[in-house]
Amino acid sequence: MAEMIVADKGGKGGKPKPKKHTTRVDLTPMVDLGFLLITFFMLTTSLLKPQTMELTVPSKDDVADADANKVKASQAITILLGKNDQVYYFFGAAENGVDPELIKSNYSSDEKGLRKMLMTKNAEVMNNVNQLRIDKANRKVNEEQFKAKLSEFKSAKSAPTVMIKATDESNYKNLVDVLDEMNICNYSRYAIVDITPDDIALIGRKFPQDK
Amino acid sequence: MPKVKVPRKSTAVDMTAMCDVAFLLLNFFIMTSNFVAKEPIVVAIPSSVSEIKIPERNIMTVLIDKDGKVFFGVDTQQDRKDILENVGKAYSIEFTPKELIEYSKLNMSGVPIDKMKGFLALSNDEKDSEGAKMGIPTDSITKQFATWVKTARQINPELRLAIKADSNTPYKVVKRVMGSLQDIKENRYNLITSLKKVSTK
Repeated sequence: MAEMIVADKGGKGGKPKPKKHTTRVDLTPMVDLGFLLITFFMLTTSLLKPQTMELTVPSKDDVADADANKVKASQAITILLGKNDQVYYFFGAAENGVDPELIKSNYSSDEKGLRKMLMTKNAEVMNNVNQLRIDKANRKVNEEQFKAKLSEFKSAKSAPTVMIKATDESNYKNLVDVLDEMNICNYSRYAIVDITPDDIALIGRKFPQDK
Repeated sequence: MPKVKVPRKSTAVDMTAMCDVAFLLLNFFIMTSNFVAKEPIVVAIPSSVSEIKIPERNIMTVLIDKDGKVFFGVDTQQDRKDILENVGKAYSIEFTPKELIEYSKLNMSGVPIDKMKGFLALSNDEKDSEGAKMGIPTDSITKQFATWVKTARQINPELRLAIKADSNTPYKVVKRVMGSLQDIKENRYNLITSLKKVSTK
């Protein structure tokens, strides 16, 4: 066959046969380029989005008539944030000049930690919410019912109210940690309140070594 | 026995498939990417169990470092321009269009408004230098920080306020920032945290 073709072309003479190029292109450099760009994009992107903690604080006007919604002393828990990651709490309020019992705590989840205390105090709500979570896992309640129930349980009348008072020496992490404990222990009624000189004096009296 | 002749194969591999894969991945990364925004200071954010993700757009970020310096930024360039122009007006400082464009390139800024003109004239390297990171004053006399937030709110009411503070920021500073926000009736904000795993048992 080849011979015939050669003979054919040869007969005509003159016209040279155009060389048949293959249409294949070497793609190696293009692959290199592709991977280079991938590397660049991988390094410059942030796939992980940070979490946020939503916080709503009362406006100045609300604070002004705070007397109207004074917390019932029997349901109040006050958490004081001191310096060097110290944290204290007491129940109720100072009455007739008698100091409430101030207890030193910490941010861990062990026996003496804040979480244990907060959970015990909020046991009713905790139980309800845990049951609700189990129900949800078993698909007994749907997403909407879950949300409605959750806020209903959390705002139960019997749930204690927490006042968070941070001293100027405490840091931002302490504040976030306590707010976090509120979330973990399903508290819905808590407020960040300005610390009073009385509270600082109380820490000084009970734990003079921390002053 | 005659040796079986192994036909000689070319070592060139067809790269088309690999090329396809490379560009497919490239596409994916381009689509999903949001660039790491450069922040003037590095903050170590505290962790929490909160799993709410921060929205992608319409965010104004207040960055507080551990020395209490406050930085402020919004995410779109047009907003940045408008905000600087209006903040300038509030302190009767006129910014040139060139300065506005220069400012809109900055992801975050923390410069007292009276030093803003000088700051914008600096080169990029100088802007990154330690001396240029002054922080927005949060005092209650000039109320600069409050003005920034208030102006941003007027320009774009959709903006959500996110506070990103260093773990070791003294509470005093945080309180002052929150106080200024309270004064201008900004009562809802997000605290940016990283995720921490916790057991409730």
